[in-house]
Amino acid sequence: MIVLLGVLVVVVGFATKRNALLVVGVAGIVTGLLGGLSPREVLAAFGSGFASSRAVTIFAITLPVIGLLERYGLQEQARRLIARFAKLTTGRFLALYLGMRQVGAAVGLTHVFGHAQTVRPLAVPMAEGAAERKHGRLTEKSREKVRSFSASADNVGLFFGEDVFLAVGSILLITSFVNTTYNTHLEPLHLALWAIPTALCALAVHGWRLLRLDRYLERELVAANIEPVAVEGAAK
Amino acid sequence: MIKAEWFYWLVGLSFLVMASQMLTDRSNPKRFGTAAFWGLLGAGFVYSTWVVEKKAPAEPLGAAVLLMIVLAGFGFTGRGTPRTTTPGQREASALKLGNRLFVPALAIPVVALLCAVVVKKLSIGGEPILQEGSETILGLGIGAVVALVVGMIMLREKRIAVPVQAGRSMLEAMGWAMLLPQLLATLGTIFQLSGVGTQVGKVTTSILPKDSLYVAVIVYCVGMALFTVIMGNAFAAFPVMTAAVGWPVLIEHFHGSAPAVLAIGMLAGFCGTLVTPMAANFNIVPAALLELKDQYGPIKAQLPTAGILLGCNIVVMALFAF
Repeated sequence: MIVLLGVLVVVVGFATKRNALLVVGVAGIVTGLLGGLSPREVLAAFGSGFASSRAVTIFAITLPVIGLLERYGLQEQARRLIARFAKLTTGRFLALYLGMRQVGAAVGLTHVFGHAQTVRPLAVPMAEGAAERKHGRLTEKSREKVRSFSASADNVGLFFGEDVFLAVGSILLITSFVNTTYNTHLEPLHLALWAIPTALCALAVHGWRLLRLDRYLERELVAANIEPVAVEGAAK
Repeated sequence: MIKAEWFYWLVGLSFLVMASQMLTDRSNPKRFGTAAFWGLLGAGFVYSTWVVEKKAPAEPLGAAVLLMIVLAGFGFTGRGTPRTTTPGQREASALKLGNRLFVPALAIPVVALLCAVVVKKLSIGGEPILQEGSETILGLGIGAVVALVVGMIMLREKRIAVPVQAGRSMLEAMGWAMLLPQLLATLGTIFQLSGVGTQVGKVTTSILPKDSLYVAVIVYCVGMALFTVIMGNAFAAFPVMTAAVGWPVLIEHFHGSAPAVLAIGMLAGFCGTLVTPMAANFNIVPAALLELKDQYGPIKAQLPTAGILLGCNIVVMALFAF
């Protein structure tokens, strides 16, 4: 039971926001020693663990070409692509963004969209703009809601798209962990195929919720903007 | 035969080249620490070949890993000013090239898939072209090289130094976070060696009715999600829950299909990532970036989706994995 203290180290470490690498390092040493390994065996465990999990890091090989393309405007072109859909409603636009994010991640372009690159400069202004075009000024509550849902569209799209791409970290983590621990042989391709049902569910569920956002905005803003004079009077 | 280890050497070598560029980059105030970190990583990639073949001791590599943890964990790494194009140049170039820019990027998954499905079956003189069992990894490597060649021809870029510098900037921007997944996998291995998974397994099996497949599926999926909420990362939860329930109960006892159980289990973990403030970069940082008053806004927007998707994962696993 005492080896479970290692899990506690991880929990406390992440909860107190220590540097994640240090948390992992300390948790590994503590768990190894509590589990009865000698210091030398702990070192060896770190070494052989690193050696057998190299597959997780190899996506770095794609960085030079992605970096090269970004120099020549890959991000800008991705933005231009989404900007073509500027005439949609808030919900429809965000559902489309979710789909594009998911397809992008599924073909390995996990860095093309993202909160800093696309959500803040592009998705949020367009989602808010669509709502304003239809309903007039946004209340603070609905603005928060639109922004929260924009962030969620990026996260859900990324998480449930990337596992369909067979060379992503989580797929390679599964194969390298299972293949070394249980001496078996799993194919990344088969794992990626099993990510497709959940990816479709994610698109349907979150897409539907994003579309419902239009109804929420309708209710919320029609009520708020029904007597704009009174609102301004109250604000005085 | 093309071997996976060659490709690991290529990755290690590019880390080493980038580390030497970092060493001479005076715009980085922490250039020595940064270069040491990536240099050790590159050397570790190459040295690992002999560790895997059990021809070299693993202890020096373990020491190197701990040194990397210390370098990054105590803030000895930093980043230089990236040498890149101006926003105006990028805008103009995007306008000129249009969607052709996506072609090299899409070449990576296409080549990777071709290797994993078609080239895998080809052999010359009875020997397979790609090392058996590593077709996907090799596909990614070959795809990246092909994409680089296509990209350089398309952009009429003659200097190999340009993409290498660009890649290095991206590495520095990601920083030590790039090594985190690999270290979490390593931690998983150590947890496994020390018997953490077996302990969690004992606790769960004492609660779990032995012959109920559906309860076991629910325990695995919900356990993945809960552990991910606690640890902030599905990668850390995966080895523990898999050693506890996934492998011994679902795969060995109930004869589940391993790819289905494990892939869906990981996705159940991702449902946890959607609702935990521990996954700060996905949930808290965007709230700050979008200037939200409620820092849990994105989590609240994601909570119902995460709940429904956890249910979907449980249903898909129960229906199709056994």
